[in-house]
Amino acid sequence: MDRFSWSNGLLEINETLVIQQRGVRLYDGDEKSKLDVGVALLSTHRLIWRDIKNHECCMSMPLSQIIFFEEQAAGIGKSAKIVIHLHPSPANKEPGPLQNSKYSYIKLSFKEHGQIEFYRRLTEEMTQRRWENTPVSQPISSGTGSQSGRTRAVGIVGIERKIEEKRKETDKNISEAFEDLSKLMVKAKEMVELSRSIATKIKDKQGDITEDETIRFKSYLLSMGIANPVTRETHGSGTHYHMQLAKQLGDMLQAPLEERGGMMALTEVYCLVNRARGMELLSPEDLLNACKMFESLKLPLRLRVFDSGVMVVQLQSHSEEEMIASALDSVSEKGSLTAEELAKLLGLSVLLSKERLLLAEKMGHLCRDDSVEGLRFYINVF
Amino acid sequence: MHRRGVGAGAIAKKKLAEAKYKERGTVLAEDQIAQMSKQLETFKSNLEEFASKHKQEIRKNSQFRVQFQEMCATIGVDPLASGKGFWSEMLGVGDFYYELGVQIIEVCLALKHRNGGLITLNELHQRVLKGRGKYAQDVSQDDLVRAIKKLKVMGNGFGMIPIGGSYLVQSVPAELNMDHTVVLQLAEKKGYVTVSEIRDGLKWETERACHVLAHLLKEGLAWMDTQAAGEGQYWLPALFSELASRDVTPEEANQMTP
Repeated sequence: MDRFSWSNGLLEINETLVIQQRGVRLYDGDEKSKLDVGVALLSTHRLIWRDIKNHECCMSMPLSQIIFFEEQAAGIGKSAKIVIHLHPSPANKEPGPLQNSKYSYIKLSFKEHGQIEFYRRLTEEMTQRRWENTPVSQPISSGTGSQSGRTRAVGIVGIERKIEEKRKETDKNISEAFEDLSKLMVKAKEMVELSRSIATKIKDKQGDITEDETIRFKSYLLSMGIANPVTRETHGSGTHYHMQLAKQLGDMLQAPLEERGGMMALTEVYCLVNRARGMELLSPEDLLNACKMFESLKLPLRLRVFDSGVMVVQLQSHSEEEMIASALDSVSEKGSLTAEELAKLLGLSVLLSKERLLLAEKMGHLCRDDSVEGLRFYINVF
Repeated sequence: MHRRGVGAGAIAKKKLAEAKYKERGTVLAEDQIAQMSKQLETFKSNLEEFASKHKQEIRKNSQFRVQFQEMCATIGVDPLASGKGFWSEMLGVGDFYYELGVQIIEVCLALKHRNGGLITLNELHQRVLKGRGKYAQDVSQDDLVRAIKKLKVMGNGFGMIPIGGSYLVQSVPAELNMDHTVVLQLAEKKGYVTVSEIRDGLKWETERACHVLAHLLKEGLAWMDTQAAGEGQYWLPALFSELASRDVTPEEANQMTP
């Protein structure tokens, strides 16, 4: 305990508070110190201890004094401790609570717990050794603690100052980024105008541009993120990228579709595929454009849009008649069904079982009972 | 005086002019496509340079993302249209928003049995942040709104209803017209609404109010409290604040409908 020096506990400019813990008693070696329980503070540069009741009683030690430290588990009637082994004091050490100690280690006893986190943070600081990068001036010892009332305030000011510096740095980066971004956008705008001109020509004189060039043009639009005015007239034609995607999806979705009764909502597919990819994710439009190509690529999947606007991917093998037949079976078995009940029965999502029932109704096989209790379907006996 | 061109000669002349124009037009378009190809290469390397300097800004700063998106929209570019786009590949904006889309879908799906597919943007924001964990990149409400706009193309009924200064996010294809929307907005203050309040506040006939409320009940967007003093109150689970409600299991939700 003779390594400590009296301190006012104020943080220096480059010093940051890392963690503080109440209820800590100091031990000089194995002996309890005469001091009461206090607050232990760990900063990037020092270990500080302050008496809880008497704020003027405050001391600190540079972290460079620490050789190593270890945990001492709690026992019966004993709090957990951290034992800190120390280098000998330098000759110019400022006076502290104890002149000479026979021990070269101290203990922090955590009467109100918190030792695990404190230990972790201490380990971090001792590994990073941040005090070596940003040296602070030796704290001026003040025997009288007249400034201790302001201790906390100045400490916070130090933190605020750091935040302000960081913000200025960030601002500078942002404004530079904006400048560069603006220049980039000017070039992008030129490309947009060029592409509009090309698109107009293609529209007016369909057949004069080769198929190859049209495909190339579309891929340029895709790269730039420019909406394709051409495909609004021709349907389903995507780029090579979408064709590849469509084939990948064809392989990837077989098993999941079978598990789910042959049909999945497009949003479900989106989540499934992107979760599997992890990175280089598909945009919703990528997925949609790829699915639109299933038919032309002769893949065994189809994109289907219901009257409600809901889009699904379904296995081609899953015929409409099968779906309706299974829905009818379930309804006649139970007398009547809501979408939720059918969903539970068949292990489908509510959205898709509702579509199935609506489809059967459209075909005239079911009729509905629409009330505030919900939508219920019965076999159509009319 | 110039006679308007009729007759075989004039027609032939016209055809010749058309053919020449066509030919010129074709060449021009071809040239332009080649020109675009070159410009694209230049742009790509400019973007790469930008990305190497500023990719972090986009990642870390949601304000910057807003500005970036608005600039793109102004010039007619959608950086989120495709994962294969330059913006997405080089700046990494794509993955950020597409992943957000997945998280939004999952949150909405998980809560659908409770709120019928309607959720406040605030609650969605909180839940998405929670799901992302504390070390993940920060996400702003503007980010959510843009991700939702993209989700719309998949036809699952994603939409945003303006309400009380913010939005309700709809994630089911329930038909909600202007009448329904305005009743939702009326209910926003207290989380519920009654027939008389609609009559007095909106000056509608009782039948119109009941019709709208019945639809909301049917779609699972509203629950009716018949035990309230006075007339029945129609509550919107989407508007329950997180603190005031506890999570309801699907079974419980089924039991609650009369």
